[in-house]
Amino acid sequence: MIRNSENWLLKVENLTKIYGEPGPNTLSKTGPLFNSNICPDTGSIVACADINFDLYPGEVLGIVGESGSGKSTLVKLLYFDLEKTEGKAWLKPFKEGEENFLEVSNQKKRFIKNHLLGMVYQNPRDGLNFNFTSGGNIAEKLIMADEFHVGRIREKASSLLNKTEVPVLRMDDLPSSFSGGMQQRVQISKAIANNPPLLFLDEVTTGLDVSVQAKVLDLIRELQQDMGISMIVVSHDLSVIRMLTDRTLVMKDGRIVESGLTDQILQDPQHPYSQLLVSSLL
Amino acid sequence: MIENKKFSNQYNFAFIDESTKKEIRRKLLKAIAIPGYQVPYSSPEMPIARGWGTGGLHVTLAIIGKADVFKIIDQGSDASVNACNLREFVHEMTACKTTYDTQEATLIQTRHRIPEEMLRENQIMVYQVPQPEPLRGVERYEFRTRQMHGEADYSKMWVSLYESFVRSGDIMLGAGYPVKVNDRYIMATSPIPRWDVPNLHFSKALHLYGAGREKRLYAIPPFTKVHPLEFEDVKFHIEDFKKSKCYKTQINSAFLDELYLDDGTKEYVINDSNFLDKILEEENPIQHENPYLNELKA
Repeated sequence: MIRNSENWLLKVENLTKIYGEPGPNTLSKTGPLFNSNICPDTGSIVACADINFDLYPGEVLGIVGESGSGKSTLVKLLYFDLEKTEGKAWLKPFKEGEENFLEVSNQKKRFIKNHLLGMVYQNPRDGLNFNFTSGGNIAEKLIMADEFHVGRIREKASSLLNKTEVPVLRMDDLPSSFSGGMQQRVQISKAIANNPPLLFLDEVTTGLDVSVQAKVLDLIRELQQDMGISMIVVSHDLSVIRMLTDRTLVMKDGRIVESGLTDQILQDPQHPYSQLLVSSLL
Repeated sequence: MIENKKFSNQYNFAFIDESTKKEIRRKLLKAIAIPGYQVPYSSPEMPIARGWGTGGLHVTLAIIGKADVFKIIDQGSDASVNACNLREFVHEMTACKTTYDTQEATLIQTRHRIPEEMLRENQIMVYQVPQPEPLRGVERYEFRTRQMHGEADYSKMWVSLYESFVRSGDIMLGAGYPVKVNDRYIMATSPIPRWDVPNLHFSKALHLYGAGREKRLYAIPPFTKVHPLEFEDVKFHIEDFKKSKCYKTQINSAFLDELYLDDGTKEYVINDSNFLDKILEEENPIQHENPYLNELKA
């Protein structure tokens, strides 16, 4: 796949999220240099600031950092779960990438969410509706993309569950009766139901036991290779990042401190914080 | 002695004071202008408790004029307790003529049914609605359901229909089947049976809905598109009376009630009392026409 400066899929510029009232020096007095994301003047919290990056078709981008570094905030901003404070982002399949999709109407945001994006949360309860069956959860995503044929919905849902190795027999069961790994796989099938070009994975393997983790990671890698989806993988676990991603951003206190090829960052980290992360890798 | 006209009557015409009536009428106009949209209104105190038909009564009393002929039914019957009491009340407060005859009436208040007989232009139907929010079953928060209506985000409603089909092999909604009005808002049909739902589509009459306890008004103007929610392969259908028929008239092309007689046997009888009377007196009332009914008759 061609990756040049013209061929981006997602372009993010100066994305910022601040909780509370920011002062004039809020951004210059927070960040990794000050080892804090709380503004000393106003007490506002800079969840993430000044985020710039491009993502190319078929690429997997890792975002790594300690808890509270703003990595989840970043994907939640892009998935409209949170309202940005500042910044712009463009998505190629939405109006040829000419309109900042963070500032469109709610209807259009929902269109983007249903047709162009997928999200897998750490906790399946955030991504799935536990009052609906697992088939119903996938159906919701398909219905939102204007599929009103029950037969076709069920066909699609069972092929998705097949792909993610959830027994199709359990399609009409509630996800609350599933194991954690199965719930996570149902969530993945829901996220990829409409073949989105871009998928966000937010700490997908945290909280699963090691063998299930490996299976879920295998699944994600397979899906990525089969369908060529671009992904943003958020994790504090460097082994997940190493296994899945091509390129990595290292975040600390709401800022990107280092970015580059994953292998490069793991072999030869430049920023002291990245060095600390890599050296603490078991 | 100076005759004080203002205070000689204990109550204003139609019980509610004029300014409140005006408020309700304005809200009704808004409801008619946006078919299927729920308009909040004041729901003033009435001599009956909220939830016992106050919404319908508000609408009736706000729009009734001296020349109106009033009919009220409860579950199809002119003679049930709720209907009798409210008819009495409206008659006492307005001195309007009341009737059992669907054709003669200009204003029909109803609970849970639409009369079998075809409605005319310049007839107004008023419904007593217990739960105006069709999305309440899938979303309990009012601010979210309003947002969902505002953005026409009805996927949850559709998933609940899908789930119902998966669980039971059919969309298991008997009364109050949700409809899409004018291709925009999903609306609760007040709990009328599925039988009556197709009769709302391009109806000649004006349909007004009042939910007193929930303080909402909504409306379907005459000649408006009203479509029950259905999937491409799982269709809406009306109640199936193919195997039963009214024991008095031998007809099964009207909504039937199940009736247990004194000797324990089960019979069916036409639910709409005025329609039944007219058939028994061989007046040949003209029924609503819809494709579902035509299929049944064929």
